Amino acid sequence: MDPNVHLNTGDSESYIMARAKVTIDGNEAAAYVAHKVNEVIAIYPITPSSPMGEWSDQWSSEKQTNIWGSIPTVIELQSEGGAAGSLHGALQTGALGTTFTSAQGLLLMIPNMYKIAGELTPTVIHVAARSIAAQALSIFGDHQDVMAVRQTGFAMLASNSIQEVMDNALISQAATLESRVPFVHFFDGFRTTHEVCKAEQLTVEDMHAMLDGELIRAHRARAMTPDKPVLRGTAQNPDVYFQCREAINPFYLATAGIVQKVMDKFAGVTGRQYNLFDYIGAPDAERVIIIMGSGAEAVEETVDYLVEKGEKIGAIKVRLYRPFSVEHFVKALPASVKSIAVMDRTKEAGAIGEPLYLDVIAALHEGMRGRPLPKVIGGRYGLSSKEFTPAMVRGIYDELAKENPKNHFTVGIVEDVTNSSLEYDHDFSSEHPSTIRCLFYGLGADGTVGANKNSIKIIGEGTDNYAQGYFVYDSKKSGAVTISHLRFGPKPIRSTYLISKANFIACHQFHFLERLNMLKSAVPGATFLLNSPYPADQVWDQLPRQVQEQIIGKQLKFYVIDGYEVARQTGMGTRINTIMQTCFFAISGVLPREEAIAAIKDAIEKTYGRRGEAIVKKNFEAVDLTLDHLHEVKVPSAATSNLPMVPPVPERAPEFVRDVLGRIIAGEGDLLPVSALPVDGTFPTATAQWEKRNIALEVPIWDEEICIQCGKCVLVCPHAVIRAKVYEPSHLEGAPETFKHAPARWKEFKDLKYSLQVAVEDCTGCALCVEVCPVKSKSDAKHKALNMAPQIPLREQERGNWEFFLTLPETRRDLLNPALVKDNQLYQPLFEFSGACTGCGETPYVKLVTQLFGDRTLIANATGCSSIYGGNMPTTPYTVNLEGRGPTWSNSLFEDNAEFGLGMRLSIDKQNEYARELVARLASQLGDTLATGLLEADQTKETGIFEQRERVKQLREKLAGAKTPEARDLLAVADALVKKSVWIVGGDGWAYDIGFGGLDHVLSTGRDVNILVLDTEVYSNTGGQMSKATPRGAVAKFAAGGKPAGKKDLALMAITYGNVYVARIAMGFNDTHTVKAILEAESFNGPSLIIAYSHCIAHGYDMVHGLDQQKLAVQTGYWPLFRWDPRQADKGKNPFQLDSRAPAVSLDKYIYNETRYTMLKHSDPEGAARLLVQAERDVRERWKQYEHFAAMPAAEAVEEAKDA
Amino acid sequence: MPDLTTKYLGLTLKNPLVASSSPLCKDVSNILEMEDAGISAVVLHSLFEEQIDIESRNLDQFLSSGAESYAESLSYFPDMGQYNIGPDGYLEHIRKAKQGVDIPVIGSLNGISTGGWIRYAKLIEQAGADALELNIYFLPNNGTVSSAQVEQMYCDLVSHVKASVSIPIAVKLGPYFSSIPEMAHRLDAVGADGLVLFNRFYQPDIDLEAMEVHPALELSDSGELLLRLHWVAVLYGKIKADLAITGGVHTAGDVLKSMMSGARVAMTTSALLRHGIEYAAKIQQDLAEWMDEKEYHSIEQMQGSMSEESAPQPSAYHRANYMKVLSSYTA
Repeated sequence: MDPNVHLNTGDSESYIMARAKVTIDGNEAAAYVAHKVNEVIAIYPITPSSPMGEWSDQWSSEKQTNIWGSIPTVIELQSEGGAAGSLHGALQTGALGTTFTSAQGLLLMIPNMYKIAGELTPTVIHVAARSIAAQALSIFGDHQDVMAVRQTGFAMLASNSIQEVMDNALISQAATLESRVPFVHFFDGFRTTHEVCKAEQLTVEDMHAMLDGELIRAHRARAMTPDKPVLRGTAQNPDVYFQCREAINPFYLATAGIVQKVMDKFAGVTGRQYNLFDYIGAPDAERVIIIMGSGAEAVEETVDYLVEKGEKIGAIKVRLYRPFSVEHFVKALPASVKSIAVMDRTKEAGAIGEPLYLDVIAALHEGMRGRPLPKVIGGRYGLSSKEFTPAMVRGIYDELAKENPKNHFTVGIVEDVTNSSLEYDHDFSSEHPSTIRCLFYGLGADGTVGANKNSIKIIGEGTDNYAQGYFVYDSKKSGAVTISHLRFGPKPIRSTYLISKANFIACHQFHFLERLNMLKSAVPGATFLLNSPYPADQVWDQLPRQVQEQIIGKQLKFYVIDGYEVARQTGMGTRINTIMQTCFFAISGVLPREEAIAAIKDAIEKTYGRRGEAIVKKNFEAVDLTLDHLHEVKVPSAATSNLPMVPPVPERAPEFVRDVLGRIIAGEGDLLPVSALPVDGTFPTATAQWEKRNIALEVPIWDEEICIQCGKCVLVCPHAVIRAKVYEPSHLEGAPETFKHAPARWKEFKDLKYSLQVAVEDCTGCALCVEVCPVKSKSDAKHKALNMAPQIPLREQERGNWEFFLTLPETRRDLLNPALVKDNQLYQPLFEFSGACTGCGETPYVKLVTQLFGDRTLIANATGCSSIYGGNMPTTPYTVNLEGRGPTWSNSLFEDNAEFGLGMRLSIDKQNEYARELVARLASQLGDTLATGLLEADQTKETGIFEQRERVKQLREKLAGAKTPEARDLLAVADALVKKSVWIVGGDGWAYDIGFGGLDHVLSTGRDVNILVLDTEVYSNTGGQMSKATPRGAVAKFAAGGKPAGKKDLALMAITYGNVYVARIAMGFNDTHTVKAILEAESFNGPSLIIAYSHCIAHGYDMVHGLDQQKLAVQTGYWPLFRWDPRQADKGKNPFQLDSRAPAVSLDKYIYNETRYTMLKHSDPEGAARLLVQAERDVRERWKQYEHFAAMPAAEAVEEAKDA
Repeated sequence: MPDLTTKYLGLTLKNPLVASSSPLCKDVSNILEMEDAGISAVVLHSLFEEQIDIESRNLDQFLSSGAESYAESLSYFPDMGQYNIGPDGYLEHIRKAKQGVDIPVIGSLNGISTGGWIRYAKLIEQAGADALELNIYFLPNNGTVSSAQVEQMYCDLVSHVKASVSIPIAVKLGPYFSSIPEMAHRLDAVGADGLVLFNRFYQPDIDLEAMEVHPALELSDSGELLLRLHWVAVLYGKIKADLAITGGVHTAGDVLKSMMSGARVAMTTSALLRHGIEYAAKIQQDLAEWMDEKEYHSIEQMQGSMSEESAPQPSAYHRANYMKVLSSYTA
């Protein structure tokens, strides 16, 4: 940002000099002001706005005050709807309140927004503008959410950059107080919320200067109080509702003027002048773009560049979108304008045009008053953070110059179905040559992003340069690739788009070279820094040919460092962040070397100092050791390598996988035309198998000599990379030499072979399998039946073994006992190779469900981790068996998942009912035997289901070619005659909080659904915020002081219905119990609720110990296992079966293995001790209650449950 | 009532029964109870530099794990203003203990780096500890470090710490030196104000069910006292440093034997863990009664009375001891 661009003369300069320059992101900028000017802050996590709530919560917990010296109250609600409700209440009773949200969250606030606006209540909601879930969810930025609230009566103010976010947060606060019209202050998700940029920080004095105390007191005077009682929120009738609705008009008519007045006042205070519509460009412009949000920055950069070249172009940045001031808009437009392109970052299917376009048309029509109207076209751009670049902007201006420009166009994609997209010159660039552009390719786990955030701060705050950092992440949670885009230079940076022409490229992981074409972005003469295990004189021969050619062709300066060797020597493990950062500063020369090293060390101290001296020390040592290991490579004159780039998916992959998903995997998804993609968001399953990620450094290797074939490793593997099969020895013919097998250890299979095979290219290296392996060698106790070994030397060999293993027949299911882990782990998993975190505690449960019932399962999945690893593009882990059957999966929303799954059940049941009616009606045509068989089939066991499928097959054969509507209808619904299993899957954020109302209702319906709650005890997917499942004393976001309240006993609540099957399970403690509960739940003809202990990265310990922690959770009595089976009551037995023993280990032995608890022990030992005592009491009391239940006679237990 | 006072590390203690360094001393209320039960000084549990380092590394590892990898979850924990990783909790504990009791409070330190030893020793002094016990142990698990190097390391360490703080320094030793007297002399020479004999170490045990190795530490018994008596008796009168016995002190008789062998104080923990802190009062009562009965008027009177120098059969402390026991057994 350039704080001096709009510099006024006179007094303002002294203000500017006094203000701190900070390098922050948009979320922090908004939260900074919001926390300073409010009293009640109601929050709920949703990407990308969550950090605003997190900052607010943190500052309040640190006792930071607002500008009136009081600490704002921050409270987390159960949903955005709840947050809006509490905000409404707080405002009605006179507090200054705010909330932060995005996307669906904003949509959930709509009802309250109408109320808040209808009652003329001043407030500002800060919105990280984000895509709406339509054909798919997207966490990225566009204006679909804010455009969905433009009718609520909220004023809408857009910010385009970090500085503007901070400024407009204050401007909107001042304006709402004066106008009484509530505001949505919005800025683009990720592009603005997550961009790190230098900005001038507003001071408390600025805020006091802008906020009129009288207006605040007037707000308080309107508040509800029994001392001056009023009635608000009445029900009105046809006689007066309409008039009352119109009574607000004067306030809306005055708002635009008030906002401009506030903006003018702000300019006086800070020197930065904003207007409702800011015009930029040539005064005599003929072509004008109208735009709002971060895209306006790219437009401004392009306009500056082209105007200097003499083009008559300009642009209007729309700041106040609602109320839309026709007068101000028309005034801002140059009289010379001939054609206008209105850019909407949204999609309104079926409309004449998108909203801003329609507003501009209407404004021109109303405001030009007989003057000739310019030509106006509308275009869509930037949905879901799609790139919007100067090249595209230039394409739009070129279009405007045409006689008949395309209307309702799209730009930035290839829309080849209705041909709406504009062509443009992709090579055009308007970036100033003095701006240095750097790209860093790293792994999430190596700390690259964190170091680059520090680098931007160092450059932004330690030099006169302008600086900008933006970070792109992967769609996977394990082995994720990160790309950092850093710009700095003497000129203001308005480049709100990714770097495609880089002066410096760093590759922090050697193996990326064969997969990512990163040097395509290098400009000639750029610098390339590679973290290489090979020394400078040997690295050349290890590079793929394409990389060699690029280095030579572009005459790149090429440096290498063995970052991992430096990390090893200094105890940094896999964290090469500060090492690579030191190289960057040393090579780039942005600061003198000594100064740079001092600045890096200062940043290390600030970032890690609170984590202890040992960490600071090892980072310092790494910095000091780095430069000795940094070497320039002498580049040969010719490419010599024969190493090819690795294709994203094998050539033999199905066409759609190869041509569409493969390109997404290769990072070329932006280039896919619309015609290549599905029209309704429907994708094939069974695709993760093609995405070989090779992310594990070490993989498990099987020792067939000592293995007892228990199946536990197969069961716990979060990524389904360990598989077992039992088969006839004859199938070993043609097996690779290294393929391992052993005699099967089953009485029934004594002449057969058993193989355990690891898919080493899909393994994430979590080692849970090794940890769970119960076998120890009798002569070397550390040697188990599975042992970790380096992946690379084994890769080729095991790839062949895996492929051979896949050709072996699946073990016959009818010969296996589904209740035995040893048996059921021979079932094919229909959930494999997900992108979940390494060592994930959720996925083994999901996988088990697919092993047991996958061929007949429908999954309704709540938004959260499980919807991300289950359904985030490009591939899905859900797969199919040999018959092509497998789980069918869908995610509706976060809040409605139970209802969504219930809908599936109702639909299937209805179609089953109709199919049965049709079978009865067509019995003569089908034959009585078949019809009776179909109608009376016993499908309680798998064999019955297989038989029914055979009958349906016969039905299809008999009705093939039938012409009657009834017969054709029966063919359409015949599959519903086969039993289907509906699974409603989600995390605790859904089940305990936002979706609880729906979940509770679904339990009450008595319908046959299976609800699997993967309880990680926090909102894992959005970064560990507290839910009502969070245990007492655990630290989580929004509970920095340790959660004071106990965990909700959701299981007990479900038991109170009496007729719901309920189980609490923990695979790590008792896998047989887990299997039993899942089988019972599925077989129960009614609602079932399973609450599964899911260890999680958000608990803060090495996930290799996840199963040990599950064990301790049960042994301490924290997580007692039980089953409530209503069928037992029918047999006169107690339905409550307590399946674990009385607490035998003290609670501290369990909880203090996890950072979520130890953090508090360190930061607040007394608080931690107090909460521990209470948590111990919780355990005792709950155990007592459960024991009491378990000991009761059956009838009494049911009655008591209902009263509980 | 005989005079039970003794002098240790320049401190005058009301009796020779001191609470040795143990987890019991982690709780200030236990220390208050010890004072009430007549304990004359407490040695706090050890501040372990290695533990601080491990906690720091763990915290960093788990706060970083999974962070900055996925756009929705760039971190998994709130940013706490202060994690209090480091010695602060321990130092605060010293301050609280000092505020709560009148008896001397002795800090205990186990370091892993010279810098760490010196830094934490200074901080313990600043927090108000009356003295500092250096809980040195080094397990040479490979064949590259000689016994001479290990011994020199001990001496260097004591010398560095001694030069850095002005409170008295005691050194707690293990019994596994080839020449304990020589080692004691060397430590004496570099300025140790006291030697505490002997440390008891965790011993790994094998769990035959789980086939795992578990560290184990059983409570001591009076049988362990003998090794201590032996070496205190040998050292008594030959070095300037005060001698303390820890390990195996369970009864008044054990205290008496400790004093007679030449110790200034007898330290106990296992007895208090086994019988409760109030048991310390019983030991003192028994001690006073025995002294009355035997007409001892002070502890000082008996200190060293059965040392190698003063014992009626000093040869019992020599190698012949072993032979004599054998021969008496066979006889």
